[in-house]
Amino acid sequence: MNVTVKYFASIRETVGIASERRTTTAASLTALRDELIALGGAYAESLARGRAVRIALNQVMCDESAALVDGAEVAFFPPVTGG
Amino acid sequence: MTDASASMVRVLIQTGDFDLSAEISALRAQDARVGAVCSFVGTVRDRTAGTPGSISSMELEHYPGMTEKSIEAMIDEAQQRFDIFGARVIHRIGVLQPLDQIVMVAVTSAHRGESFQACEFLMDYLKTQAPFWKKEQMPDGARWVDARVADDAALAKWGIQASNG
Repeated sequence: MNVTVKYFASIRETVGIASERRTTTAASLTALRDELIALGGAYAESLARGRAVRIALNQVMCDESAALVDGAEVAFFPPVTGG
Repeated sequence: MTDASASMVRVLIQTGDFDLSAEISALRAQDARVGAVCSFVGTVRDRTAGTPGSISSMELEHYPGMTEKSIEAMIDEAQQRFDIFGARVIHRIGVLQPLDQIVMVAVTSAHRGESFQACEFLMDYLKTQAPFWKKEQMPDGARWVDARVADDAALAKWGIQASNG
């Protein structure tokens, strides 16, 4: 399936892109994160397990166990610091 | 709902400044049911950890689309929890300087208690759930601001578990 993946703040800076289209077989957000980590380099560095990474699915903050669906918009970002 | 306060835009994300007095006037909008208006304004400090002048500017990034949707959902939640008439949230993005206004929350209700509570609830919620990120410009370079565990605790007192910090 195809998904849009977005990156924000420090993760966007490390990965080096703000948004990309990806083809994936990942069934969940956990699996998608693992798939990205497996790419190595900046992906592995910014999304590594143990790092504080928040995930939104279709623009709603989501638990990593959530199921991925075709056409989804997934965003990876650090803890939010607005206000 | 036909009230002017209920039909106005509730969430604005903008680079420009805002005028609290004008926003409150618009929120009250000839609504004679209103007996209380509570507002909060957050501003840019020039320091972190008590060192004056250590922050020369700040840049705010956000997630267009999700930001507006998440704050709209927070206002819906506030309407469910508290007997309020209207609410408006304005959050600035882009480069800001010390003393600049960053964020405004304003709420109207019949009596003060509900407005005070809803205003604090909205700020507590926004701090840990709205997708904004601050980057501070310091003498030795720029750094992303860390989330604070205290902000999660602030939301927890409303019975909502956050794990942002």
